[in-house]
Amino acid sequence: MQFTLEVNGRNHTVDVDADTPLLWVLRDAIDLKGTKFGCGAGLCGACTVHVDGAPMRSCSLPISNVGKAAVTTIEGVGGTPVGERLQKAWLDVDVVQCGYCQAGQIMTAAALLTRMPAPSDDDIVSAMNGNICRCGTYLRIHEAVKQAAKTDLGSAATGKRS
Amino acid sequence: MLDEHLLSDPSDEPTSHSRKKTVAASRRAFLKATAAAGGGMLLSLHLLDFIGAAIADEAQDAFVKVTAYVSITPDNVVTIMAKNPEIGQGVKTMLPMLVAEELDVDWSQVRTQQADLNPALYGNQHAGGSTSTPQNWDPLRRAGAAARQMLVTAAARRWNVAESECETGSGQVRHTPSGRTLTYGALAADAAALPVPDLRSVKLKDPKNYKIIGHSIPGVDSPLVVKGEPLFGIDTVVPDMQYAVFQKCPVFAGKFVRANLDEIKTMPGVRQVFVVKGGSNLAGLMPGVAVVADSWWHADKARRKLDIQWDEGPTSRQSSAGFAQQAAAFGAKAPEHSLRNDGDVAAALGSAAKVVEANYSYPFIAHAPLEPMNCTARVQDGKVELWAPTQNPEPGRKLVAQTLGIDEKNIVVHMTRCGGGFGRRLMTDYMAEAAWIAKEAGVPIKLLWTRADDMQHDFYRPGGFHFLKAGLDSGGKVAAWQQHFVSYGRGGKFAPSADLSPDTFPAKRVPNLSFGASLIPLGVPTGPLRAPGDNALAFVFQSFIDELAHAAGKDPLQFQIDLLGKDELLPGKGAGFNTARARGCLEKVRDVSGWGKRALPERTGLGVAVYYSHLGYFAEVVEAAVADDGQIKINKVWAAGDIGSHVINPTAAINMSQGAILDGFAEALHQQITIEGGRAIQSNFDTFPLLRMAQAAPIEVHFVQSNNSPTGLGEPPLPAAIPALCNAIFAATGKRIRSLPIDTALLKV
Repeated sequence: MQFTLEVNGRNHTVDVDADTPLLWVLRDAIDLKGTKFGCGAGLCGACTVHVDGAPMRSCSLPISNVGKAAVTTIEGVGGTPVGERLQKAWLDVDVVQCGYCQAGQIMTAAALLTRMPAPSDDDIVSAMNGNICRCGTYLRIHEAVKQAAKTDLGSAATGKRS
Repeated sequence: MLDEHLLSDPSDEPTSHSRKKTVAASRRAFLKATAAAGGGMLLSLHLLDFIGAAIADEAQDAFVKVTAYVSITPDNVVTIMAKNPEIGQGVKTMLPMLVAEELDVDWSQVRTQQADLNPALYGNQHAGGSTSTPQNWDPLRRAGAAARQMLVTAAARRWNVAESECETGSGQVRHTPSGRTLTYGALAADAAALPVPDLRSVKLKDPKNYKIIGHSIPGVDSPLVVKGEPLFGIDTVVPDMQYAVFQKCPVFAGKFVRANLDEIKTMPGVRQVFVVKGGSNLAGLMPGVAVVADSWWHADKARRKLDIQWDEGPTSRQSSAGFAQQAAAFGAKAPEHSLRNDGDVAAALGSAAKVVEANYSYPFIAHAPLEPMNCTARVQDGKVELWAPTQNPEPGRKLVAQTLGIDEKNIVVHMTRCGGGFGRRLMTDYMAEAAWIAKEAGVPIKLLWTRADDMQHDFYRPGGFHFLKAGLDSGGKVAAWQQHFVSYGRGGKFAPSADLSPDTFPAKRVPNLSFGASLIPLGVPTGPLRAPGDNALAFVFQSFIDELAHAAGKDPLQFQIDLLGKDELLPGKGAGFNTARARGCLEKVRDVSGWGKRALPERTGLGVAVYYSHLGYFAEVVEAAVADDGQIKINKVWAAGDIGSHVINPTAAINMSQGAILDGFAEALHQQITIEGGRAIQSNFDTFPLLRMAQAAPIEVHFVQSNNSPTGLGEPPLPAAIPALCNAIFAATGKRIRSLPIDTALLKV
């Protein structure tokens, strides 16, 4: 079946089964390899993308359910102010070990900071708890999310944020 | 035996160089040294022969390639080859740092590039056993210094001045008297034509002048990781590639009988379905059904409709419950095999002031790296090309060669970044599967396992059972120690990673001590999981020592220090067990954790443990609080590690130490693989949970500098974390954890 979907602001037409998870459409049909396969069951968060801004597990979301929603992936999130700040914070804090989960971590964090620009420590933990990091970089992920949020408060103080 | 095995066929090494004989001879010398030294400095020195030969070969190949490790472009960008697989342990950054330091360039000039498998050029290229640092610390610094020396010589000749009047810095050679400078980029072509100096005699920097070693350098691939650029094995795409899945018998070593292949062939997108006969080597190509399709989703969807009849074989009668019964029966008897017998244990137990008896056990565990096993393979015209996330490319190539009947020299292995390893990717079964399926299918394929494939076809950390008895004298000293380890194996041989070294501490510190073993035959594959052996044994030894401290009425941390005794190098794995280094870590962690100096709330306790693993020493203190319902909260962890004179890349070292400690907590709190009917029943992260952010306690990492050559860090911080946590739980509740994973129901008020 043909589906036209919007990914990172661009339309793509793909010919796949209706039950194909968005993850495999992104990875194998559109060749966006940043979104990762970890569990195939919505348990690890490595495949997290935004669907109309909401963090979703793309491994468990059939393409037929995506419709006209705007999909943002790790390849596109850097184009948003929140995504850009997070990617910078991730590098400043030197979060990465193997790096396999980090796309999903950043996508979940971006959804959090978009919804809640100044999260508490508990807010960060509850938002990020669904994303597994097998290497255990959690302390640095937490720090990077905080740093990215602080940068935002800084720009808010100078009146850049409404 | 190790010698013989390793030396069996070094001349088979593929090499395109005319100096094949020299390289093979060097390799032989190197391997011999490896086996003799078991790690550490000696090994590093012998690697030099090897690297010297490789550099000399490569220097003639290309004019900007100064050596096998260093290429320089005219604009003075220096590319340094990263020889070992990157699995998250940071070697793609750290190993080039060693070269860059002695090459005397600024890190901002440096690019790193992942080397393909080429042991003739790079020596040992594996990621395991925390060996990258100890094996490469000396040779790679010398490789950098050699290239620097060649650049200095080239400059001196260009200027017609004495080399002694030249100095280097930031990728330039400077003639001090005249102030003239030339960049390395301008000198690279000249330098590449020069003979490589003797690596033994090249001048190394005074460590006080280090500008890169000991300074935090962020991971070189991280800018690509955070943007989702393709880096990992699973991201590989080759032209005309199709996608494959492989269904094996869920019961280990089961054989294929029949299946509905004709039905599967008609499913959407399916291009080929075929039976793989396979063999009986659990670490190689096993029987199964391969499905090749135009997309992975189609392949996997078709696979789920497979209806296969298997001959499950004898392993189907094995189960975790059965193992526990067998262990209990063994535990009631004397051990089948004696591993060590010092003094007179029976007499010492008989005359002890106090006898403490305890049984410990731990389960099988899966590795569960987040990137499932995968490999992309192309087999064409008798040649094989593999793109593999592997920790062990060389044995992988050997296995593929054996499986396909193709000479190793016709097999190219590209090492991709690995989405975690933890020891799983030391095994290379998935490489053999991918190569075989590609050969049969006649097209390049990407084989990708599901999470269930990964969890149910692992080489598990073996479970184990320990029956312990110790006697304390009237002064509270350990006078007797008797340990019966019921493990897995047959014919007097332990299953992989299921052994116990007779030198394990407190051997040599308890006058009457016996270690014995009995072996349960096992059809389930086992293998090294991060800190193999130690990840289980630390829990047993360090928990029981803590029990003895409490039984003796002594402070557990001081009891540990007292048990270590005088400063001495005791026999042990690797370089031996240095009691002074262990004591140094305990003293450091005592001081930074405020041990014995802080009042703690009710049902909150501190636990301590110390362990020597893979040449590194770590002492850790855990503060844990146990709620009335038994739920455990780890408030804080302090870790003190001694990995030698230099922590090469501090930011990565701290990150990895924290990760290893959290990994230990995940094992202690959650993880077990249960065998039923000869198969692993857990299949995903719902039944085999990994640690999540809510459980990630703050961890302070301190390094104790010692006058020892730097060693690795992938494994050493992990083992102590488990007993430190269990000992903290005892301090908080008075309940002793003797079986993993921790059953919180036992901790309820």
